[in-house]
Amino acid sequence: MVETGHFALVLAFALSLVQMTVPLFGSRLNNQRLMAVGGPVAVTGFALTALSFAALASAYANSDFSVASVWENSHSLQPMIYKITGTWGNHEGSMLLWVLILTFFGALVAAFGSNLPATLRANVLAVQGSIGAAFFLFILATSNPFIRLNPAPIEGRDLNPVLQDLGLAIHPPLLYLGYVGFSICFSFSVAALIEGRIDASWARWVRPWTLVAWMFLTGGIAMGSYWAYYELGWGGFWFWDPVENASFMPWLAGTALLHSAIVMEKRSALKIWTLLLAILTFSLSLLGTFLVRSGVLTSVHAFATDPTRGVFILCILTLFIGGSLALFALRASRLTAGGLFHPISREGALVLNNLFLTTATATVLVGTLYPLALEALTGDKISVGAPFFDLTFGPLMLPLLAIVPFGPLLAWKRGDVFAASQRLMAAFAVALAAMLVAGLFIDGASVFAALGIGLAVWLVAGALTDLAVKSGVGSVAPAVMFRRFAGLPRSVFGTALAHLGLGLTLLGIVATLSFGTEKILSMRAGETVELSGHTLRFVGLYPAQGPNYSEDRGRFELIGADGNAAGEITSAKRFFPVRQMTTTESGIRTLWFSQLYLSLGDENKDGSVVVRLWWKPLVTLIWGGGLVMMAGAAMSLMDRRLRVGAPSRRRKQASAVAPATLP
Amino acid sequence: MTRKQKRLSVIAGGLAFLGAATGLTFYALGQKASYFYMPADLTTASVQPGQRIRLGGLVEKGTIQRGQGATVAFSVTDTHKSIKVTYTGILPDLFREEQGVITEGTFGPDGVFVADSVLAKHDERYMPKEVADGLKAKGVWQESKSE
Repeated sequence: MVETGHFALVLAFALSLVQMTVPLFGSRLNNQRLMAVGGPVAVTGFALTALSFAALASAYANSDFSVASVWENSHSLQPMIYKITGTWGNHEGSMLLWVLILTFFGALVAAFGSNLPATLRANVLAVQGSIGAAFFLFILATSNPFIRLNPAPIEGRDLNPVLQDLGLAIHPPLLYLGYVGFSICFSFSVAALIEGRIDASWARWVRPWTLVAWMFLTGGIAMGSYWAYYELGWGGFWFWDPVENASFMPWLAGTALLHSAIVMEKRSALKIWTLLLAILTFSLSLLGTFLVRSGVLTSVHAFATDPTRGVFILCILTLFIGGSLALFALRASRLTAGGLFHPISREGALVLNNLFLTTATATVLVGTLYPLALEALTGDKISVGAPFFDLTFGPLMLPLLAIVPFGPLLAWKRGDVFAASQRLMAAFAVALAAMLVAGLFIDGASVFAALGIGLAVWLVAGALTDLAVKSGVGSVAPAVMFRRFAGLPRSVFGTALAHLGLGLTLLGIVATLSFGTEKILSMRAGETVELSGHTLRFVGLYPAQGPNYSEDRGRFELIGADGNAAGEITSAKRFFPVRQMTTTESGIRTLWFSQLYLSLGDENKDGSVVVRLWWKPLVTLIWGGGLVMMAGAAMSLMDRRLRVGAPSRRRKQASAVAPATLP
Repeated sequence: MTRKQKRLSVIAGGLAFLGAATGLTFYALGQKASYFYMPADLTTASVQPGQRIRLGGLVEKGTIQRGQGATVAFSVTDTHKSIKVTYTGILPDLFREEQGVITEGTFGPDGVFVADSVLAKHDERYMPKEVADGLKAKGVWQESKSE
């Protein structure tokens, strides 16, 4: 099975070479048969990669320690779920997952791209094939997961205990679906540059892919943040760690792309800019892959460092980013630029959005790369953390968030800020009220906290106002209003949901940072502690055994208002003998949207235990907002407009079925 | 305003915006980045009390003292020089004697380093990169130790 997987991987590499060259020549020679090769090859390549991945997963599931990668990252006593997720809990396996998703997207284009112009489809598949070829070669040359050991060890060295968590099952696949999803936008852009032609139908094709990638990336980042929050035991949800920034940069650029593609689709403007953004977004994904996979950064993600890998990925990075930008420089002037437009309009607002988002991306990029560059040049080691980003990223985000509710309410071509402001009066009043309540009635609220709460409520209320205005609240009869509401395009709901989710995330961040409380103390069994109105009693430490670890469980009782126990929270210190490593399992109790979070420290000589506890108000909204954003993207994806060829179908439908009969 | 003036004002506005963002970024890099030092570096580098730095090295054997509540004192050493550090909070799981550690904080007026965060290496096999590089440069660390 392992050899089959290995062989399938080599075949997939060979096919990617075919996919990279044959359709491209076909499009040059205008040969239909050569161009048609791309589709079946892409689908077969995906099938082979999937077979290869399945072979590795089965080696992990069966604890086949004759495979080096399994031996290094698995153990026979691990629960089955962690044996399987361990497949991508290491460098080799995670790269295989990367190409699996890459070929998956290629196969999707092949499967659903039958209504694309033949040359565009051929070129897209060729570019996709070239990315695949580079990464297949990388895996085979430097990170082969199928290398055997002889003699086979009897027992494995265990998966890094930090990764033995359900988060590993969700976070990397989602994140990769996002990262790699942007490869399609990249391939479309490069294909358009090769052809020297770009039009609004191109944007209609690129936008759903951007939405899909953006949706998964949002989920991947949110899940990664929650995982770090509960697993690392520090109670933080974002550390401005270079690895986090690596995923955040494509997200910011992807968000900008999402918005500029709307302008291109609707107004045929910003063509060249959209194309450049698509290239930059995937370039940032590649940069992220480089930063995380090359070992230039130390983090949980850098499984092992091997200089040849770093150099190899750097070469891939240079080739693709340099190549695509060079092609852009050569060809962009050939593309017809779009028309100019009035600055106060929907498209003007979207341009402003792009200006802020790309500048924000650039500050994150500087903050992430500057320390690396400085160390390479001068040997000085610096760390750039929250204080830097608070001062640079923060001031860019605040005005952007403040203008978000205006965007959807401005008309295309020529908008009216005054009319939009009038419609937003109610939302503004609600936000102002929230700000005053937060500032005046919550103890210890700073001006910034009140402003932040106000801004978050403004975003939420603004999103709801958009829906209300578009369904005609206050100007038409309720029956008409409901019919209009139900008949709104899905993308309108998508926009509103995404902006609402953003508001919720902001609310969670501001509330947690401003009104969260924490205590560090040493406790003996039986002692109680009070934090922000919640009383906790330390019951004691109890030893327990897990499948591949032993643990000391610290049990805490939450005391209700009546003095009786109202629930239990358990935090544990787990010791994994194979790696001689201890991890802390934080204890979390969710109360509405807020959480009580506690983590166990070391035991003192006198038998007391160091305990750190936090009250985190509204903290779950941070990730909940991410889920709402994902729902918004999913909603937008269901919009008819995004299906190529749909407008004609819609027109037919509209004439056949009167809109009034729709639910 | 004429069309040309309008366009110029839009461009000027955009440039002013980018200029402000760039200026802020450089200011923040100068003010808000914290430098990494090993104990021996501090004899030559001038670090003011209150200036935020990262101090890395090995936790010196026999220096870990648990004080009141959750406050811990220990020394960070690169075998040439050692510096006393205090920290209030929960130490990372991999914090141990003679293991690599990075602390971040400021020097108090008494020369004791008050850390507000302590990072230990991520797993058994690896040192924090900065510490490993620093120890290599000082000839303390041999590559073979890493396995």
